[in-house]
Amino acid sequence: MSPPVKILSVVVFLFAVFVAVPVMITVTGRTDFYYTLTSVALLSIASAGVWLTFYIGRINIGQGAYSLLGGYASAILVVDYGWSFWLTIPAAGLLCAGVSILVGLPILRLRGVYFAMVTLVFTEVARLLALALPVTGGATGMTSIPLPGAVSIFGLTIIPDFASLENPRLAFYLLAVTLMVLCFAAMYRIVHSRIGRLCQSLQQNEELASSIGVNIVYLRLIAYAISSFLGGVGGVIFVAISQSIYPSSFTVTDSVNFMLNCFLGGLGYVFGPMLGTLVLYFGWDLLFEAGRFQLLIYSSVMIVLILVLPNGLLSLGLILRRKV
Amino acid sequence: MAELLEISGITKRFGGLVAVNNVTFDVRDREILSVIGPNGAGKSTLFKLISSFLKPSAGEVRFKGQRISNLAPHIVARRGVVRTFQETTIFRNMTVRDNVIIAHHLRSRANLFGFFLGSALARQDENIFGQSADEILAFLGLAPQSGEIARNLPHGHLRALGIAIGLATNPSILLLDEPFAGMNHDETMKAVAMVRSLRDRGLTVLLVEHDMPAVMKISDRIVVLNFGEMIAEGTPAEIQSNARVIEAYLGSEDEAIGL
Repeated sequence: MSPPVKILSVVVFLFAVFVAVPVMITVTGRTDFYYTLTSVALLSIASAGVWLTFYIGRINIGQGAYSLLGGYASAILVVDYGWSFWLTIPAAGLLCAGVSILVGLPILRLRGVYFAMVTLVFTEVARLLALALPVTGGATGMTSIPLPGAVSIFGLTIIPDFASLENPRLAFYLLAVTLMVLCFAAMYRIVHSRIGRLCQSLQQNEELASSIGVNIVYLRLIAYAISSFLGGVGGVIFVAISQSIYPSSFTVTDSVNFMLNCFLGGLGYVFGPMLGTLVLYFGWDLLFEAGRFQLLIYSSVMIVLILVLPNGLLSLGLILRRKV
Repeated sequence: MAELLEISGITKRFGGLVAVNNVTFDVRDREILSVIGPNGAGKSTLFKLISSFLKPSAGEVRFKGQRISNLAPHIVARRGVVRTFQETTIFRNMTVRDNVIIAHHLRSRANLFGFFLGSALARQDENIFGQSADEILAFLGLAPQSGEIARNLPHGHLRALGIAIGLATNPSILLLDEPFAGMNHDETMKAVAMVRSLRDRGLTVLLVEHDMPAVMKISDRIVVLNFGEMIAEGTPAEIQSNARVIEAYLGSEDEAIGL
C-alpha cells in the first residue's frame, strides 16, 4: 500500500472505532453491542500476543493462563492493596511477562506440537492454582471489584471516575478500544521493522538464524514475553469490565479460541487476530439462534474456512486482487 | 601464513560411537582447505564442532588464539566463523534479497528497541545492508533473482543463496558444507571459480566435499578423515599419492580421487 492509502485507512479505521460505532449504537439503541465490542477488543489484544508467538514459529495454546494471571494480579492489587486500576494495567502485564520469561526459558526450546502441548497444560495449571492459592478467593473468585477510578495530573482530570459516569459501558468500550489500537500499532511496528524479519527468520529456520548470529534464545524470550504481556493486559480489562474474576474466567477453551482467532484472521497478517476475533465472536453469537446445532454449524464453517482459506480471511484480499 | 583456526585433539562421542576421534589440524589465513573422506567419516560432525553447533567431548577449537568451542553458535558466528548448510537451508518464504539482508544482522549497530522505534541508526543500517546485499547478490550472479521468493529458486541458485547468506555476515572463515553436491561438471567449475573468488575477497574457506576432481582443483591443502580419524593432511598432490588415502578409498574407482 502506498503511504497516502495507508494513512487514509488508518484514519478511516480510527474514525469508525471511536466515532462511527458509538454514534451507531446511540442511534439504534443497541447498547448491548458495547459489551460485545469491548469483549472483542480485549480478546483481540490477547490474540495478538498469541499471533506473535506464531510469528516466531510456536503454537501457543496457553494464553488463557496469562490472561487469568493478569486478571487476578489486577484484582488483588486493586482490592487488597488499594492500587489504582490504571497502574495495574502495566503492572499485571509486566508480571505476566516476567513469569513467561521464567517459564519460557525451559519450554521455548520445544518446537511444533510439543510446545503446543506444554502450553495447553498452562491454562489448566493456572485455573487449579487460582482455585488453590489463598490470595485468589478459591472457587468463589473475587467479586465487587471497584470500577476504575479517576486519573488526574496537576488537578486536571484526564480520565473521570468510572463509577460516576452515567454511561460506563461507553467508557469501557473506549478504554478497551484505545488499548487495542495501541497494541496493534505496536505490533505493526514490530512486524514491519527488522524485529519482524528476525522473528520470521526464527519461524523459518532456527539453525540458520543462529548461524548468521541471531541470538535465538533471547529473541524467542522477548517475543514470548511481549505475547504474555498482551495476554495479561487482556485479563486486566476483563476484570475491569466484569468487576469479578473466577478460576474459570479463562479456560482452555479461551486459550484455544485465541489461537483460532489468529488462524481465522491469517497468520501472515498483523491485523489478522483483530479480524479473526471479531468474526469468531460475532459468528458464535449469530449462531445462537441455531440452538443445539450451534457448535456443529460453527465447527463445520471453521473447517471449511481453514480448507478454503488456509492463510486466513485477510488472504481473501490478496486472492481478489490477483484475479483483478 | 598465520594460523587462523586451530583444531586440537577434537573428539566427539555419541554414546558408544566415536564420530570424530582426536583430530588435530590448523587452518591458515586465506587458504582453501578441504576436508574429505568416505561417507560416515565424520566430516559433517567435524564441521558442526567447529561452528559450535555441537559441543566436543574432548579437545577444543581456537580461533585467532581464542577458544570458541562450547560457545553458543551465534557467538561463534559473531567472532567470524560462519557455516553454510549441507541441505539447502534458507529462509524459504522470504525473497532472495531479504534472505541476504537479514543475514547482515551481525553487523547491525542498532538494538531491538532501536529497530522498534526506527531510530536513525536502524535506518542507516537498513540502507547499508540493502546496498551490501545487492553487492553480494551481484557478486554471486543472483541479482536477477533478488525479488524472487527463495523457495522457488532452482537448486544451483539455492546453493549460491546459502553462500550469499554466509557472506553477508562478513566472516573471516566460511565453512562450506558440500558446496558442489548435485552439480554437473559445468556448474561445478563455475562454483569452483566462485569459491576462489571468495578467497580473493580475503576469506578463508574450509569446505567439506565429496566431489574429488573439484577438491583437487580448488584446495591449497586437504585433510582426509576415515572412521572419525585423520589419516592424512597435505597438498592435493601429496594426498593423491598417499597410501593410506588410497586404501581408505579402496573399492571405489581410481578416478574417484582424481588420479
